[in-house]
Amino acid sequence: MEANQSNTVSKPCLPRGVRLKYDETRSEWLLLAPERVIKTDAIAVEILKRCDGTATFAAIVDDLAQHFSADRARVEADVRALLGELAAKRMVDL
Amino acid sequence: MTATPERFDSQKRLGAPVAILAELTHRCPLGCPYCSNPLALDPREDELSTSDWTRVFSQAATLGVLHANLSGGEPAARQDLTDIIAHCANVGLYTNLITSGIGLTQDRVNELARAGLDHAQLSIQDSDAPSADRIAGYKGAFARKLAVAEWITQAGLPLTINAVIHRANIFRAGDMVRLAVKLGARRVEIAHTQYYGWGLTNRAALMPSRTEAEVAIAEVEALKKALAGVIVIDHVIPDYHARYPKACMGGWGKRGLNVTPTGKTLPCHAAETIPDLEFWTVRDRSIEDIWINSPAFNAFRGEDWMREPCRSCPRKTVDYGGCRCQALALTGDAREADPVCHLSPHHDKIAEIAAQSEDAGGVPLYNYRRMKLREPAE
Repeated sequence: MEANQSNTVSKPCLPRGVRLKYDETRSEWLLLAPERVIKTDAIAVEILKRCDGTATFAAIVDDLAQHFSADRARVEADVRALLGELAAKRMVDL
Repeated sequence: MTATPERFDSQKRLGAPVAILAELTHRCPLGCPYCSNPLALDPREDELSTSDWTRVFSQAATLGVLHANLSGGEPAARQDLTDIIAHCANVGLYTNLITSGIGLTQDRVNELARAGLDHAQLSIQDSDAPSADRIAGYKGAFARKLAVAEWITQAGLPLTINAVIHRANIFRAGDMVRLAVKLGARRVEIAHTQYYGWGLTNRAALMPSRTEAEVAIAEVEALKKALAGVIVIDHVIPDYHARYPKACMGGWGKRGLNVTPTGKTLPCHAAETIPDLEFWTVRDRSIEDIWINSPAFNAFRGEDWMREPCRSCPRKTVDYGGCRCQALALTGDAREADPVCHLSPHHDKIAEIAAQSEDAGGVPLYNYRRMKLREPAE
């Protein structure tokens, strides 16, 4: 498995040093990392809130698909894309 | 940032600052010849107190600052570092310690981690021990840093390794990236020397030839791709060989504030080299007042200050005319275009300086960064 690819049993989490924060001043969710501030849209926030290191990739996708009554395959593609991108930047551990 | 609080909107559509760089002290055991501190270092007795700093960080957090970068000098020289970090964590700031590692013990690192430190950035001077110690002007520094890196990762803190690149270590830029991986860093900064302050006084001893720079840049860029997902490489390339200037500080007074050990608040660490700028201090003013109203912060905000070739240039909103301090240092006037830009009428000065590095011969001795003792009172 590639370092930045998630499989269905991996348990993604935000490592220490990466924080999801609701910023009152700017009224938006931000992902904070060393020397980085990344704006996160509503979908990304829902995904990242579930990356707690205990839920598996598959469980996160199931939960999101159910919660938003969305197509599971579509959700899985979104989650994989976001986590892959953030893992390449070492902002998510898979 | 697009969303801005209402109180900023009347003022040049100004957003909230993203980061504060707090130079907690200028005291430092190392003597690195490219140090970004000013030539006139602040003595200990003039430093802000613990309560000054906690007030500053509270105000910064309220204003919308996200990152608190605790730097120096060596911030560990402050006995109240743990209290300062605990306070930053308390007010919700993302807290980053920028350290040489010298003066830290394993117990102290653990204490900082418990206090809520988010991230530590450790400098290395080279991947070769004797060379690293010579550059730092401190015997045993390199070995100590390797130990500190281990304490940081053992404490569960994310580690960034920072290396400044110049003539004496440029052949090992790739080695330094590999060393950072070995030390367990998640991120490494490979920054070619910028010539301000101490770096400017040591320019002849520091500046590599163009070929050396190109080889090192290509090697680090290749490693960036090869090591994606293993380590993040932030690469600051030398602007003396560039065609366009850097967007210095992301724009003057646009992203961050720099507070000196005595409380003077600057738009960038070299801003004090520009004559006639009026800096305000956190001893008299709030961070919000300084950010919005300080004459120094407003001096080069927006585009009104620009001259040609910047004024009519489509890149003026991309690079903001480059670096004001470099424009001053090389043309004598901070309002000129950064002479790194090939459109600057002073661009030949850059070529002249870069050419000197080609036939530099032996490496000159360093003018090490040292605190000058105050003259005794008459």
